[in-house]
Amino acid sequence: MGQARLVSLQEVTLKIVTCIKQVPDAEAKINLENGKVSWGDSPLVINPFDEYAVEAALQQKDKHGATVLAICIGPESAKEALKHALAMGADEAILISDPTLENLDAQGAAQVLAAAIRKIGDADMVIFGRQSIDSGTGLTPAQTARRLGWPLLSLAGSIELQNGQVSVERVIEEGRQIVRAALPAVLSVVQSIGEPRYPSFMGIRKASRAVIPTWTLADLGISAPEPVLEQRELLAPPSREQPCEFIEGETVEEIAEKLVEKILAEKVL
Amino acid sequence: MKTLVYIDHFKGEVQPASWEALGVAKNWGTVQAVVLGASGKDLVKMAYEYGADEVFFCDDATLDDYYADVFVSTLSALAAAQSPDAILLPTTTRGRELAALLAVDLNTGVLADVTGLELEGSQIVATRPIYEGKLFEKVVCHTRPQIATLRPRAFPRPVRDESRSGTPIPLEQKGESAVTVEGYAVSESSVSLTDAGVIVSGGRGVTNLAGVDEATAARKGFELIGELATLLGGAVGASRAVVDAGYIPYAHQVGQTGKTVAPDLYIACGISGAIQHISGIRGAKLVVAINKDPEAPIFKVARYGVIGDLFKVLPALTEAFRKKLGK
Ligand SMILES: Cc1cc2nc3c(=O)[nH]c(=O)nc-3n(C[C@H](O)[C@H](O)[C@H](O)COP(=O)(O)OP(=O)(O)OC[C@H]3O[C@@H](n4cnc5c(N)ncnc54)[C@H](O)[C@@H]3O)c2cc1C
Ligand SMILES: Nc1ncnc2c1ncn2[C@@H]1O[C@H](COP(=O)(O)O)[C@@H](O)[C@H]1O
Repeated sequence: MGQARLVSLQEVTLKIVTCIKQVPDAEAKINLENGKVSWGDSPLVINPFDEYAVEAALQQKDKHGATVLAICIGPESAKEALKHALAMGADEAILISDPTLENLDAQGAAQVLAAAIRKIGDADMVIFGRQSIDSGTGLTPAQTARRLGWPLLSLAGSIELQNGQVSVERVIEEGRQIVRAALPAVLSVVQSIGEPRYPSFMGIRKASRAVIPTWTLADLGISAPEPVLEQRELLAPPSREQPCEFIEGETVEEIAEKLVEKILAEKVL
Repeated sequence: MKTLVYIDHFKGEVQPASWEALGVAKNWGTVQAVVLGASGKDLVKMAYEYGADEVFFCDDATLDDYYADVFVSTLSALAAAQSPDAILLPTTTRGRELAALLAVDLNTGVLADVTGLELEGSQIVATRPIYEGKLFEKVVCHTRPQIATLRPRAFPRPVRDESRSGTPIPLEQKGESAVTVEGYAVSESSVSLTDAGVIVSGGRGVTNLAGVDEATAARKGFELIGELATLLGGAVGASRAVVDAGYIPYAHQVGQTGKTVAPDLYIACGISGAIQHISGIRGAKLVVAINKDPEAPIFKVARYGVIGDLFKVLPALTEAFRKKLGK
């Protein structure tokens, strides 16, 4: 779309990029079929954590005014995930697609995303989800930040923008750490940001009409990242040997005693 | 095989999965450990006791706060100087992030959140959950060093040998941070669900006690849950439903958007067993469920189940444990 930056009275509008991935629905039954992953006829959807990233960007747009751009590396069909972001209220979307990107690992994704963010050029803030629910590495936000050389403010539960600085409350094991950095910066968000808004009727209409441009690696001026990881094998999870045994009895006391005996016999305590 | 292990701590409070990583490295050969920040002083000795052959220590109080950029520059300079075959970190918020950043600096890959490790010569073969534990993959990293983060409690804690000791090898911090730490919001609670051996968890069922409002019921329900957890030396978990309703802090949430836990015993009380909750407890060794509804999906993952009212079952269960354990 290459839309020119909107200029407000005093300052240039913020530009926020959100990185989203398309994944099989969280409710999908994931199976192994001939050594390949299959999810039956479950839909592919926007990664649930990335909805929080889009929500976080839109909250800043509501507060300060901003152009929100969603980007996704994936096949043509991943435009559906981008359309979800547009329907939520994002202004623009770009698909990054290239036949050479099929077996992309996190380090590869970070290289491609960093190149795309450089090409976008004027991003003030890039917001990621916490992790993807398919490969689930949670590495991409930090790796993209390092490639860009931008400050990383990860696991943000709330975001404040002021005078070209962003401060966030990071949700960590020990509580919340409050950190600040100058823009441009890379963030990842957690669910404390607030529930993602539902697409509005107008939003859905707009999204369904949107023409989403596709960038190839040639457009980004990079070659396909060399994969460093190799998947050797896919395994089904260890199957549960025994079904649930219901503990019954005349009184709760009797049930409780039986249950305690069962638990102690398992020698887990 | 030479392995560098990152000992993760916050102001001297160690993440115990760091020792689990040390134990794995010890089985493989030479172990170097690294502790950053002056407040980690006592951990240097502990790292020797848990099996480290050398411990690098950055005795610098400015690193008592976590700065991802300075931490990683310091670590990657150390890794470049020592050329380990592998770098192991616990899968904690800092461990995962540092692994990611290190891999960029060192031009290598990360085996993230692994639950199993084998060694073929000096090649690590890692098993890790994908699709939220619905499948697992075996994966290798072709570049060196191989970086892996280890899921807490997936590997045994090594035996601590207090007769072992050594002197810390001084390490200089590298670089400056682009980030300012402004402070800390009061820690919501000191629960460490990921390291708990026993977790007693409550869901929306705790809000359902006849004759009282939801909030009063929830207070009573979590009190009963807390009593059992304390008796068993465990921690209190929760479903998102009760966290969102404000009955217990987020730090207790188990599941897809909360903590992934791996206790020996997980007791789910009044939790229906939504897929997003289940994905957080796949690592549990024994799951017990208490629920009014015999059709609740939680019984599909539980080994033992009680169909009943948690407000009646829990007090009886706590009492029965107290008798049996002689406490
Ligand atoms: C993107 C996304 C992420 C999510 N992440 C998480 C997550 O991390 N963790 C999580 O837990 N959920 C998560 N959820 C929510 C999840 O889908 C469920 O809504 C939630 O787990 C339900 O919580 P619950 O089991 O406590 O409540 P309910 O589903 O309402 O179940 C309550 C259960 O209590 C039983 N009950 C009622 N009264 C009693 C009583 N007195 N005694 C005994 N049993 C009783 C009922 O039979 C019922 O089975 C997520 C959802 C989405 C969409
Ligand atoms: N293919 C992709 N396209 C765009 N963003 C991605 C992609 N993969 C991962 N991300 C982003 O990186 C985050 C962490 O993903 P991961 O490292 O795969 O767990 C996700 O929540 C997304 O915000």
